[in-house]
Amino acid sequence: MSIEVRNLTFTYAPGMPDETLAIDDISFSIADGQICGIIGHTGSGKSTLLQHLNGLLKPGSGEIYIDDACITDGKTKLVDIRKKVGLVFQYPEYQLFEETVAKDVAFGPKNLGLDAEEIDKRVRDAIAVVGLDYEEVSEKSPFELSGGQKRRVAIAGVIAMNPKILILDEPTAGLDPTAHAEVISMVKDIHEKLGIIMIFVSHNMRDIANLSDKVLVINEGKIALEGTPREVFAERAFLQSMGLDVPPIVNIVKKLEEKTEDFTTEALTADEAADEICAYINKQNR
Amino acid sequence: MTIISVQNLTFEYVRTAEDGTTKSYRAIDDISFDIEAGSFVAIVGRNGSGKSTLAKTLNGLLVPTSGRILVKDMDTADDNLIWDIRSKVGMVFQNPDNQIVSSIVEDDVAFGPENLGVPPEEIRKRVDDALKAVGMYKHRLKGAHMLSGGQKQRIAIAGAIAMRPECIIFDEPTAMLDPKGREKVMEIIRNLNEEGITTILITHFMEEAAQADRIIVMKNGQIYSDSTPEELYSNREKIRGAGLEMPPAVDLRERIAERGIEMPETIMTEDDLVDYIVEQRR
Amino acid sequence: MIRDITLGQYYPGKSVIHKLDARTKIIGTIAFIVELFIVNNFWGFLIAAGAMFAVIGVSRVPLKFIFRGLTAVFVIILFTFVINLFMVDGRVLWHWWILTITYEGLRRALFMAVRLVLLIIGSSILTLCTKPIELTDGLEKLLKPLQKVGVPSHEIALMMTIALRFIPTLMEETDKIIKAQQARGADFESGSIIQRAKNLIPILIPLFISSFRIAQELALAMEARCYNGGSGRTRMNEIHFKKKDMVAAVVLAVFLGVVIASRWI
Repeated sequence: MSIEVRNLTFTYAPGMPDETLAIDDISFSIADGQICGIIGHTGSGKSTLLQHLNGLLKPGSGEIYIDDACITDGKTKLVDIRKKVGLVFQYPEYQLFEETVAKDVAFGPKNLGLDAEEIDKRVRDAIAVVGLDYEEVSEKSPFELSGGQKRRVAIAGVIAMNPKILILDEPTAGLDPTAHAEVISMVKDIHEKLGIIMIFVSHNMRDIANLSDKVLVINEGKIALEGTPREVFAERAFLQSMGLDVPPIVNIVKKLEEKTEDFTTEALTADEAADEICAYINKQNR
Repeated sequence: MTIISVQNLTFEYVRTAEDGTTKSYRAIDDISFDIEAGSFVAIVGRNGSGKSTLAKTLNGLLVPTSGRILVKDMDTADDNLIWDIRSKVGMVFQNPDNQIVSSIVEDDVAFGPENLGVPPEEIRKRVDDALKAVGMYKHRLKGAHMLSGGQKQRIAIAGAIAMRPECIIFDEPTAMLDPKGREKVMEIIRNLNEEGITTILITHFMEEAAQADRIIVMKNGQIYSDSTPEELYSNREKIRGAGLEMPPAVDLRERIAERGIEMPETIMTEDDLVDYIVEQRR
Repeated sequence: MIRDITLGQYYPGKSVIHKLDARTKIIGTIAFIVELFIVNNFWGFLIAAGAMFAVIGVSRVPLKFIFRGLTAVFVIILFTFVINLFMVDGRVLWHWWILTITYEGLRRALFMAVRLVLLIIGSSILTLCTKPIELTDGLEKLLKPLQKVGVPSHEIALMMTIALRFIPTLMEETDKIIKAQQARGADFESGSIIQRAKNLIPILIPLFISSFRIAQELALAMEARCYNGGSGRTRMNEIHFKKKDMVAAVVLAVFLGVVIASRWI
């Protein structure tokens, strides 16, 4: 499984006085099993891009290929795109509507026209994948659950469609630190259990650094930077010029690098930074 | 001088089930503390720790189940004083969209002073001043729905400022904003505090709480810790216990210390840490 | 789609029309609408349209902006036109299978379409040139005399303020929910009418829940800002009848007379 976007362009309200070019000739690809992090400030075009990958918007020009099959030629049925690509929106708990958790998670698979037995199996699996106990929650109303649990149910609703590519738009928005950490470890779990391609948008640079194999930086509808987290976050000045930041740890070690002559750093995580700094101080003291 | 005094506050939510039986849930459990006029107090804690409920009791939006709250010696349970209390203690909420009443920016900012019965010329002046204080004056005639989340939140803050309160409670004002909007809102909050407005900030973000003079940590409806940021951050167990996060600089300091290098516990900020390491070299 | 709706939107400006008292504009708009129904020939419409475009000219709201509002209701106008076109008996102009167009039908269809277009443009001038708060304040003052017979004028005006404020918010919310359910494979475009109605449940329930949440949060925010009903409130911009409004009233009266006279042309 792989996904490739070629020369994608999209304009809102074409021909109108307020027409805006939301996506400007974007090309990239993501290989099988990768986690791809997307960063960019509000209005950069990242949400518009995600909606294309799932067929919710049709490109003005350009193509999207999933496993070498073009999904934007107009021949592919939307249902078939949604079988392959699952999209979880921001604050997905606001789309819950059924009486019970199990029924809500079943909504997607039902729309795919699966039989009852298969739906039941998928619902059980999906609820387990997001780290909830089927016996405990399945008959509860989704509205009785805590904020973090509601969000997991909503994500399970998309996982139950068995996508080969799972897209999460700011999955940790508005959560407290504990719930945030839980959702991040859930994302890791999902990836380990299912081995699918995952694309996630976040403003939290530490999460981007810790989770992604590959990072895309979107600015003014274009890809401004692309590469491994280490490559992308090495461009601190460039990111800051776009109003974006680097993980807090990178900020600290880069400041240190600027203030000294012989400390150089590649650290992305707190442990890497601590190792580098200890080695540096020990070297001095010798 | 004390501006708000919380005395043995308990608050219970009462829920009526379908069969008519009632169940109560204790969100705040017998807490007491005072807030000094002009101070900057952060209240942190997990969702469900009672911090938002506490915020709503401080200006009388919720009335204590038992105990009492005095705002400048006025009891929030007294119906005759409630509008006086709310004009002294303003509030800014989490969702920027759902607290703006009028379609046009300046009309929304005028809503509070209009409710207080302030004369028209005086309202005009207050609205202009408030919009300038949050850097939104040039957008005063815009439609609220045309603004970004961060800009809307600045309008909400201007709406509170225009009432000329002595204290403003911010209930997770940055939770729904992107990093840029978050930074701008925090800058405005700091400025207001410097101008003498007592500031109470409810937040999830420890780097925001670190900017306060005092951090109150809530857990299960009780005060789990009440100290300066420095004291709190020197106690890793306490932070873990409340389900909170270490600020990155403190976290890194501790990781370096674990590796056998002596690190003073007074290091709190990124700059402190960098300077200290640079010094070690000499 | 959402940005196409100009009805209820405000276009900031400093023209004479913008500066008129909201009450003058509300009464003027009502008079204009009444006139559209008094008119019985195209001459009357010509006079009304002339006056309307004169007002637009003075207001300096770009025509493009005004006409965009029409695109949103184009279907309604077309529907009215077609219904009238085929439904009126009279002198046959054209006939094919069960479809017949008569001279009277064509006249009536054109008449209704023109009336509708003028009606929509005319009323959108009111909202385009009047700040929502002035509009609702004006309405509140006009309704004030009715307070004695139990009409809650302040509450009606406040409800309008909030409705105008939250239309865009709820539209966005609806758009988000529709997209989220589509991403879960929901289909809103096929099936029988009953099936389609059922398919709306996944949109309507989250939308209801959102609306209640918004209402609750807004109520709390209003309370925190000392909202305590209409008594004792002041206004930042108190509305006053000025000389301009007198002039406008005279112009309006003359226009009314001319239009009524046009019935006998």
